[in-house]
Amino acid sequence: MKLDSKIPEGPLAEKWTKHKFNVKLVNPANKRKYDIIVVGSGLAGASAAASFGELGYNVKCFCFQDSPRRAHSIAAQGGINAAKNYQNDGDSVFRLFYDTIKGGDYRGREGNTYRLAEVSVNIIDQCVAQGVPFAREYGGLLANRSFGGAQVSRTFYAKGQTGQQLLLGAYSALSRQIDSGKVKMYNRTEMLDLVMVDGQARGIVTRNLITGEIESHSAHAVVLATGGYGNVFFLSTNAMGSNCTAAWRAHKKGALFSNPCYTQIHPTCIPVSGDHQSKLTLMSESLRNDGRVWVPKKGIKGLTAKAATEIPEEERDYYLERIYPAFGNLVPRDVASRNAKNVCDEGRGVGSTGLAVFLDFSDAIKRDGKDVVKGKYGNLFDMYKQITGDDPYEAPMMIYPAVHYTMGGLWVDYNLMTTVPGAYAIGEANFSDHGANRLGASALMQGLADGYFIIPYTIGNYLASMPYDKVSTDHEAFKTAEKEVKERLDKLLSINGTKTPDQFHKELGLIMWEYCGMSRNEKGLTLAKEKIKALKKEFWSNVKLVGGNDELNMSLEKANRVADFIELGELMIDDALDRRESCGGHFREESQTEEGEAKRMDDEYAYVAAWAFQGENQEEILHKEELIFENVKLTQRSYK
Amino acid sequence: MNITLKVWRQKNAQDKGGFKTYPVANVSPDMSFLEMFDVLNEQLLAKGEDPVHFDHDCREGICGMCSMYINGKPHGPKDAVTTCQLHMRSFKDGDSITVEPWRAKAFPVVKDLVTDRSAFDRIIQSGGYISINTGGVPDANEIPIPKKIADQAMDAATCIGCGACVAACKNASAMLFVSAKVSQLAMLPQGQVERKTRAERMVAQMDEEGFGACTNTGACSAECPKEISLENIARLNREFYGAKLKSENV
Repeated sequence: MKLDSKIPEGPLAEKWTKHKFNVKLVNPANKRKYDIIVVGSGLAGASAAASFGELGYNVKCFCFQDSPRRAHSIAAQGGINAAKNYQNDGDSVFRLFYDTIKGGDYRGREGNTYRLAEVSVNIIDQCVAQGVPFAREYGGLLANRSFGGAQVSRTFYAKGQTGQQLLLGAYSALSRQIDSGKVKMYNRTEMLDLVMVDGQARGIVTRNLITGEIESHSAHAVVLATGGYGNVFFLSTNAMGSNCTAAWRAHKKGALFSNPCYTQIHPTCIPVSGDHQSKLTLMSESLRNDGRVWVPKKGIKGLTAKAATEIPEEERDYYLERIYPAFGNLVPRDVASRNAKNVCDEGRGVGSTGLAVFLDFSDAIKRDGKDVVKGKYGNLFDMYKQITGDDPYEAPMMIYPAVHYTMGGLWVDYNLMTTVPGAYAIGEANFSDHGANRLGASALMQGLADGYFIIPYTIGNYLASMPYDKVSTDHEAFKTAEKEVKERLDKLLSINGTKTPDQFHKELGLIMWEYCGMSRNEKGLTLAKEKIKALKKEFWSNVKLVGGNDELNMSLEKANRVADFIELGELMIDDALDRRESCGGHFREESQTEEGEAKRMDDEYAYVAAWAFQGENQEEILHKEELIFENVKLTQRSYK
Repeated sequence: MNITLKVWRQKNAQDKGGFKTYPVANVSPDMSFLEMFDVLNEQLLAKGEDPVHFDHDCREGICGMCSMYINGKPHGPKDAVTTCQLHMRSFKDGDSITVEPWRAKAFPVVKDLVTDRSAFDRIIQSGGYISINTGGVPDANEIPIPKKIADQAMDAATCIGCGACVAACKNASAMLFVSAKVSQLAMLPQGQVERKTRAERMVAQMDEEGFGACTNTGACSAECPKEISLENIARLNREFYGAKLKSENV
């Protein structure tokens, strides 16, 4: 298959303007003749659904939570980047583009990334107009802070709750369209299949989570804004309900899945406290500005934070400062994460599980005083104490890396359309803008860029050539899809085995974390593939559920999602096996420098991997989209 | 730790429902309250019994989905946290803990501890926004906003829409929730244009949903996991009466 990214010709800075002029338009009076389905109500989904409604399209929007305001975008803490240059410190659209493409280790598309930087400025204007209460200076203008991977202050924020405020802004715009009748909202409704008619996406099949009713919805286009798949690992910073099901079902209907092995591991999370752990909580990485990371030189079993304060200076190994004297504790996320794993693998990890390192603020408190440290990190310290019961003012924090974001996702072209005509993917659900590693404060930017300012233009180009005729949900394609969905749910309920969906999910997570996490090698990945195949087989013969299909049944929902996670897990392994280079957040052990640092191989791997589903239990086929760099020079990262 | 749970079980909206008692053994003090429920549910599932259904999602205190009424208090005994951020170290070995769903006419029970809070969505849909379309807006720094005002608006906007305020109120009033949104937008320059109609419409919708009246006892604010201030209710009253005095709808 030839993958056509449809990046417009011409100079980088003119591509989007030119493209906007060249796309076909739908006459305002005709927009009401088109129906659009939006799945998901996070930053991307809510902003897209609201914008479509404003333009005059008929929109149906779906979310599995009890309200669109719950989507996991709400949990983003730090901020949103925009190339406003309000601080007069030399920022520009090109600089934001450059930082993003470099931060992604040159595995993203120039055209898409530049457009993201270009529309970033509009996002801030839009949000302020909606009443989003961003932080401000005493003069009344907007405040900014700096963030990892950038040398300018371009991050806009609302306390440590930026995602919440942006989502509530998009939710308010969506609510206005629901009130006007242009958007019909379906809460507690989950998409379980994509429906194709004559090779085009023409609708979805859903399950009403309260009544269990299987329903069909027809439209002229389907937009998936269903987020990332970090929960493949069971433990991640994702919400409990975040899942890959909608994207995976679209993949099985022909949408290629790109770079599935690109996951981001965040270095500063609260460590696992026991087998009961259900999710991991992120602590903002700004903590590394003042905290010093260390473990004891010689491993001490079960070392507590309190006992650590007694360990003399000469028996401590501040390993990041030792290995990376230039950057010290401020090395990028992937380097910090990998080194934490290394010292724990050496048996020098701390805490009851041995899977943690210290982040120590005692020097900062001595140097600046407790009040200064409190002013900077007070809410984070409180949150840490709330969760762990330990007080970071008295003893060091314990941290460990955790899965946070997935850069991979459905392959999309410049119009954000997948390889299935009429099916789009926006926000974290697509692969397009962050390469092999996402910079902090860029996820919110991408979600809103896609939803407010990109897809409202590009979808018109497709719809303009569509007939107004609606496909009836009595069409055979819908009936077949409904039947398949019902059969699958009945199958899950009928197995009546001995292991719960959560048990399978935890097993899957352990395999993925061990073999396809921060550091991978061919031997481990090959073994993991076998393990996952076996797990899949066992799942479909031994999963245990109770209750029926016609009621609120959370274990059925869970099992249905875990089944898809298992299949996606296998594809992630395939992708990781194929990519025999270290890049972005991924360390491939076969590809390292003499000093043991990550070695990227641009000659062989400067491509987007795009996987095509071939049928149940068949190996997927890899297609490659070459990445062409005309505006940046590829360099190896070094932090020594 | 060993805990005895007395949990409200209700098969569906029509079912009358009632309490059921479950012992939970080997509870770690480091577990969150919801993780303790995960353990219980795994045990129930293994025995072939229907797990206790409860709402939850982000488990970091921001999505507003978790909603348990624990020992007579929404989100349990600790101040300023949601149920998902409550940890078992806040309880003692041998404790008996009663867990119910939110109780309010406007939040009907769906199943067990799950309630229908869509009334909150409908209140926001009735005016909890600024009516602007995407694009065509002025530059973000065009209108300076005093830091103090921006901070106050932010404090009101912190509401997570969990409904604890309604559950805590003897009248099941939604005044704190409604006032938080009305205040946020009334304080900001962007919200001035629709200031009056917003207050009128949102209050009318609140009444239509069947929430009770406010008698200013302050239980809502005391139990709010985000500590939304009672001042917002005073602001809402002022906004509402001000709107009514000058309203064209009177």
